[in-house]
Amino acid sequence: MTALLEIRNLQAEIAGRKILDGLDLTVNAGEVHAIMGPNGAGKSTLSYVLAGKPGYEVTGGEVLFKGEDLLAMPPDERAAKGVFLAFQYPLEIPGVATMTFLRAALNAQRRKRGEEELSSPDLVKRVRETAKNLGIDAEMLRRPLNVGFSGGEKKRNETMQMALLEPLLCVLDETDSGLDIDALKIVANGVNQLRSKERGMIVITHYQRLLDYIVPDIVHVLSAGRIVRTGGKELALELESTGYAQYQSEAA
Amino acid sequence: MGAAIRPARTIAELGLADIYATSRQSLPGGTDIAAVRAAAFNHFALAGLPHSRVEAWKYTDLRRLMRDAKPLAAPPDIKAKARVHDAGALFATLGFRRLVIVNGAFAADLSDLAGLETGLTIRSMAEALALDEPLLSQGLGPMVPADEPALALNTALAGDGVVITVLPGATIERPIHLVFVNTGAAAAAMVTRSLVVVGGGARATFVETHEGPDHQDYQVNTVLQLVVGDAAEVDHFKITREGGAAVHVATLLANIGARAKFNELGFTAGGAVVRNQLFVLIAGKGTEANLRGLSLLAGRQHADTTLAVDHAAAGSQSRETFKAVVDDEARSVFQGKISVRPQAQQTDAKMTTRVLLLSDNAEADGKPELEIFADDVQCGHGATTGTLDDQLKFYLMARGIPEKEAEALLIQAFAGEVVETIGHEGIRDALMDATLGWLGQRG
Repeated sequence: MTALLEIRNLQAEIAGRKILDGLDLTVNAGEVHAIMGPNGAGKSTLSYVLAGKPGYEVTGGEVLFKGEDLLAMPPDERAAKGVFLAFQYPLEIPGVATMTFLRAALNAQRRKRGEEELSSPDLVKRVRETAKNLGIDAEMLRRPLNVGFSGGEKKRNETMQMALLEPLLCVLDETDSGLDIDALKIVANGVNQLRSKERGMIVITHYQRLLDYIVPDIVHVLSAGRIVRTGGKELALELESTGYAQYQSEAA
Repeated sequence: MGAAIRPARTIAELGLADIYATSRQSLPGGTDIAAVRAAAFNHFALAGLPHSRVEAWKYTDLRRLMRDAKPLAAPPDIKAKARVHDAGALFATLGFRRLVIVNGAFAADLSDLAGLETGLTIRSMAEALALDEPLLSQGLGPMVPADEPALALNTALAGDGVVITVLPGATIERPIHLVFVNTGAAAAAMVTRSLVVVGGGARATFVETHEGPDHQDYQVNTVLQLVVGDAAEVDHFKITREGGAAVHVATLLANIGARAKFNELGFTAGGAVVRNQLFVLIAGKGTEANLRGLSLLAGRQHADTTLAVDHAAAGSQSRETFKAVVDDEARSVFQGKISVRPQAQQTDAKMTTRVLLLSDNAEADGKPELEIFADDVQCGHGATTGTLDDQLKFYLMARGIPEKEAEALLIQAFAGEVVETIGHEGIRDALMDATLGWLGQRG
């Protein structure tokens, strides 16, 4: 069976500085992988390379998404194929109402997949229901995207987008950063509802805390641009007590 | 001291002199008006077409951009009038009172003159001038130098336009739409002059649209004199969507009384060369003036907005907000000057200009000026020029929105900040549609 995501010997750099250095990772549908690691290990770079952010140059290796060359696709095509990155720092877009943005994203993906666009009432209904589930009120949907939103509101907004777009692969980049415990629970609950046997997830986090709420199947340690250790969910607890020191010295 | 040496007359200047000489007898007006026209033409002839060494025209060298002078347009015949039915379509469904000016002539038969509200009068400028009413010089006061070239040419050659008065205290709910259209049967010049006088405490909304065919090389010189009485509330919109080869020069002369509210918005998305010059005199205390502009430019378009706001009375507020989106090899010019006279204490004026460049070959020139002679004022200006934010574009694309659509959303958001300030919902929606139409053509 073809893996959902297959990363082989991935090497990437930004502004001439090597960040990813031979990263291998296989994610099958239905699995939740956690990637933990010290600051500067390449966690966010991995998420940006998967999403196709300009400025990151892949210098070696390959990434197959359902057997297709993901790196050859522009970001919008990756999204339409089912790759979703929940940003660590969601951007504010003045002048674009959240609902307008959601309509554009949903319908662009549907068009690209050869599906019919959603009618306005259908779309509004779906967005409202999903928003309600995440404690996002209708007023927020009328406001410009993320403008003036609190950290928690931005992360809930990311989770709402993920729920609406129904991706096959969810990459969550430091979703817990900037969240208090109540917001964290809401977001984690939203993410857990999306767990399914068709969908894979990569949960990138510095802290074990998030993994109390989004319990992974597999935990990896990323250090100096490659996976240096893989284990079960107990590995996260071990890291919590020992820290990353041993992996950093290994890399050095 | 010798006279300034000026270069040889251009073909356009010689053409204009010829046009004035041959048409002066047939232009509307008696001897008084003829004298005003002659003086104006003399002012023009002395300096000639403005060029880059004339500070106010620094970025719009009309001597270079105007290759020849088109003959004055002939009065529209039945065929020309038949072609205007879809003019001003942007606002067609909103039920505005349409006043149609075809090829420079007011067409009463195409205009909606039925059931005028109490306190509203509408006449043709040609008819008013024929009665020798001194309208070409009335109310000009000290606002503009007599040798301002575009205005002087207009005074010399204006054939028609509309004269609208709103009596003090009247509220005209239904917006008045001045539909300026060139039907393009021949390359011609349309020189129009309009006067709008809104009495004290009155309220009215005016919309001007200017349009014509892409295939015809034509020239427009249009002037609106607007007098806003004390405590009056006036909204004025000017939508310039001339054909792709047109040279369009427009002058707004606004004289605003005390405790008035004046909202102005210029929307420019057409024409080869466009110059919008606005001279706004805030003559009374406690007035609020909100002056906005949005230009959407592509191809090799050149659009210049030159704004002079003169605070001549105390305690008034003005906001000047100008935005432009410039693609391809187009060029946007904004010159904004706020003057505060010694007596205009407690003036609060703020000018902002923001330009979005969509191409490496697009150009924006900006020249903000503050000239302050009072010591207790709040005045400021800010100017930014930038390109689309790659980070924002990536965020949108990461959600599946294709690149061109992502750009369109961001441009729409940028332009929307001007359009969204429009209070009238129908006009706001129509201009948002026009913005989307422009974006659609980007392909």
